[in-house]
Amino acid sequence: MHPVKLQIPFHNCLPLWGALLFAGLIGSFSDSALLAQQEDDSQLRQVDQINKYIRQTWDDYELKPSVEATENEWCRRVYLDIIGRIPTVEELKEFSADKSKDKKQKLVETLLYDDVYTEEFVRNWTTLWTNLLIGRTGGMDDNSMVNRAGMQKFLRDSFARNKPYDKMAYELVTATGKTAPGENEFNGAVNFLIDKVNEENASLATAATSRIFLGLQVQCTQCHNHPFNDWKQQKYWEMNAFFRQVRAFPGGMRGSNAAAELADQDFNGESGNIDEADLFFELRNGLIKVAYPVFVDGSEIDRSGYVNVVNRRKVLADKIVESPYFSKAAVNRVWAHFLGYGFTNPVDDLGPHNIPTHPELLDYLSQEFRSSSFDVRKLISWIALSEPYSLSSRRTKTNQSDDPLLGEPPKFSHFYLRQMRAEELYESLMVATQAAESRGNYEQQETLKSNWLRQFSQAFGTDEGDETTTFNGTIPQVLMMFNGDLIKRATSAKGGLIDGLVKNTKMDDKDRVDYLFMAGLGRKPNREEANLAKQLYQARSGDMREALTDLWWVVLNSNEFIFNH
Amino acid sequence: MRFRTPSGMSRRHFMHHMAGASALTGSALAMGHSITTHANELSRKRKSAILLWMGGGPSTIDIWDLKPGASTGGPFKPIATNGNMQICEHMPMMAKNMDKMSVVRSMSTREADHSRGRYYMHTGYVPNPNVTHPSYGSVIAHELAAQRPELEIPPFVSVGGGSEGPGFLGMAWAPFSVNASGQVRNLDMGITPDRLTQRMQALKLLETGFISEDRGISAKEHAKVLDKTLNLMTSQQMAAFKVAQEPDEVKERYGENNFGRGCLMARRLVEVGVPFVEVNLGGWDNHQNIFTTLENQRLPTIDQAMSALLEDLEQRGLLQDTAVIWMGEFGRTPRINGNTGRDHWARSWSVAVGGGGLNGGLAIGQTNEDGTRVEGTSYTSEDLMATVCASLGISLETTFTSRSGRPMKIANSGKLIKELVS
Repeated sequence: MHPVKLQIPFHNCLPLWGALLFAGLIGSFSDSALLAQQEDDSQLRQVDQINKYIRQTWDDYELKPSVEATENEWCRRVYLDIIGRIPTVEELKEFSADKSKDKKQKLVETLLYDDVYTEEFVRNWTTLWTNLLIGRTGGMDDNSMVNRAGMQKFLRDSFARNKPYDKMAYELVTATGKTAPGENEFNGAVNFLIDKVNEENASLATAATSRIFLGLQVQCTQCHNHPFNDWKQQKYWEMNAFFRQVRAFPGGMRGSNAAAELADQDFNGESGNIDEADLFFELRNGLIKVAYPVFVDGSEIDRSGYVNVVNRRKVLADKIVESPYFSKAAVNRVWAHFLGYGFTNPVDDLGPHNIPTHPELLDYLSQEFRSSSFDVRKLISWIALSEPYSLSSRRTKTNQSDDPLLGEPPKFSHFYLRQMRAEELYESLMVATQAAESRGNYEQQETLKSNWLRQFSQAFGTDEGDETTTFNGTIPQVLMMFNGDLIKRATSAKGGLIDGLVKNTKMDDKDRVDYLFMAGLGRKPNREEANLAKQLYQARSGDMREALTDLWWVVLNSNEFIFNH
Repeated sequence: MRFRTPSGMSRRHFMHHMAGASALTGSALAMGHSITTHANELSRKRKSAILLWMGGGPSTIDIWDLKPGASTGGPFKPIATNGNMQICEHMPMMAKNMDKMSVVRSMSTREADHSRGRYYMHTGYVPNPNVTHPSYGSVIAHELAAQRPELEIPPFVSVGGGSEGPGFLGMAWAPFSVNASGQVRNLDMGITPDRLTQRMQALKLLETGFISEDRGISAKEHAKVLDKTLNLMTSQQMAAFKVAQEPDEVKERYGENNFGRGCLMARRLVEVGVPFVEVNLGGWDNHQNIFTTLENQRLPTIDQAMSALLEDLEQRGLLQDTAVIWMGEFGRTPRINGNTGRDHWARSWSVAVGGGGLNGGLAIGQTNEDGTRVEGTSYTSEDLMATVCASLGISLETTFTSRSGRPMKIANSGKLIKELVS
């Protein structure tokens, strides 16, 4: 286990920032230095600051926060959000048994840094980022050049080594090489852009890079000035100009396994002057305008189209990671992952028209994240240990109004109920039913999982490859939970969890029922529920194995199970 | 709680009882009988709508509103129809059915991004971070389902695609998404009805316990969807999805492809009383090689399936009560780009609509000579939605209350497209 060090921020990037920002940084520097002296060692400075900003909003809106979630509820949350599955009964017991004051911090550190959990941590964040970068269906279509395993390998390596986030982003934006593991010149990072550069002058690359790494939605401004957004058409094409020196080369005929390659190539410019490589776009009134690469902050670069004079993607990547939008977009996304809602809605729209709910906190965390050298694990620990993340999802009369489902901006005065993602459900079932042992190697496991996940995927039929899922609380999901193979196997009386419980002679029937509630819901049954188990036992004519099967099915199908609460 | 299956009750009836559908009482036999008579009485009055959703934004300038001779016109020629308009030469079967459909050539909208356009055309509202609006199917299902308690399967079905969600109406009004083969997965639990009943009673106890702890709306919605699922699992009406049971010649007439089967399934679903079916056909985002794609792939597919659907509905006497809407999120640029494609364009485009008592055979509104703007009155998503709702007998005074308590008029107070309803 690694201790989390207190770190005094060192603002090595100061010269790049404006005078105004400079003053702000000095302010936060002295504030935090002061706080660092006051706080005791067990509490992170960043956690205190989060709590301070969040409480301020509660005061402003006269909201009383809910009580703290139970220890087990909180424990279930961090397992789900950090490593992508619910805790086992043994893990819950271990957490309960720890009576130390800093037990929460210890658990978060264990999940982030202990070798025992590395694989699951890495799997979870690789899944999240794969879905973000290439979608749930990316690489599954015959026409796609994406190699999903290649994308995952890059991300796995990045998260396993705790690669700083700016480095990871830089590599994704600038990547060249082949898509598939095992090839010469394999570079899994190319899978992010490989399907997004060849068509429509790389409009997909422009939109995805801006949205994912800067939280800026530029796609509407491809064709017209945005009605509610400061972004203008000119800006879109100036951003797009950075993606004119890249091309994807399909590896072989459709369906063949030969890897595709992403490569830099000189851009001649649309009027043929490579030293001033330009592009043209049409305004809605029919006027034709010219554009060269200009970053969103207005900074221009050399207009040469020669890659060896100026590699436009590399310049872009440098500018992206230096941009304040870069750290804000990352913080906002991680916050939304843990708290259910970001500081903006949608989470990846930080444009000037979309004011964040907690602008100061977003600024503060972005700066801290930058100061930590973009250490994703640290960012996770600050948020996971914060007060808003610790609150019960039970609402009170005074904070019922704090509900984003009512159209209210989130104030985080209670934990917002949210459904597990399909991947979280899958991994949770694997662990809860002790089916994990017989799953094969990593690749085989991922293949099994993505085959299972495919039943929920739905495409919208656009060239942008946007998609949706039926694992969203609707009937197909409930049918799967009622009757699907995965649940049938999980509740099967032969082999697996139920068998193990029945054969365990150290347990009596009450222990077995308790175990199922703990495994699924992280709590013991109440009196009525315990009674229910007895009735099921009678209904099954005294066959405990069959009664436990029924009970386990009931637990897995309950709202309490499927919701992260 | 005591588990008990009352004697003399059928599995079907009992499931209903479990699901809280208290409307059905009496013996199983009598119930089956009454459903049949009831359905026959209702069939003439029972309104439905079928939305043919063209994902990606179809090039309506090449389909419904051709500009031969204009620089923007493209290579396709117009042909005469049995309605009062010309359409694309690659739609010969639809040309014989345009008496049933009208083309609104004066659609003018502002959303030219896929997800925004999809949202806007499905809901009548532009996306708003603070409220999620219900889509067509959810609105119409919500308004019409109450009139048909005999319906056991979901009142809003989306075939071969995702549609838009129920918004503030809640997950109980979400689209039930199926693929075009009509094989609904995971329908069978493989246990006796008694045991299923006991499981459901036990589950209800857990659900209720969690809901009573006041953790938000989603917990309650989950319980509602459980009931709907149980209803569906035990319903004979699920046979409507089994499109494979149709005679071969019918399947061939609709087209041996997913969209053809989807349209055929839509007819089967409307027949059993489903108020809203959406059938999805993607692949309209033709930024390049648009004319070969349209001529060889997209147009033959819709020509065949859509004409088959209209003829079939008419022959079965269903067309008068079934509104059919053909649209996508927007049209495509009149200007042809450097890749022989057309890009996103919302300012002037067309939709096709008919059935449900709406006037067919008309070209409504017009665009200028190169198709770049609407001349005269233009229409929006709200207007189209209002007109469709009116055709189904839904009052345009209907007002919903969003979760924040804000009143919202159905179809965002759109105005009727008069030519379609007069």
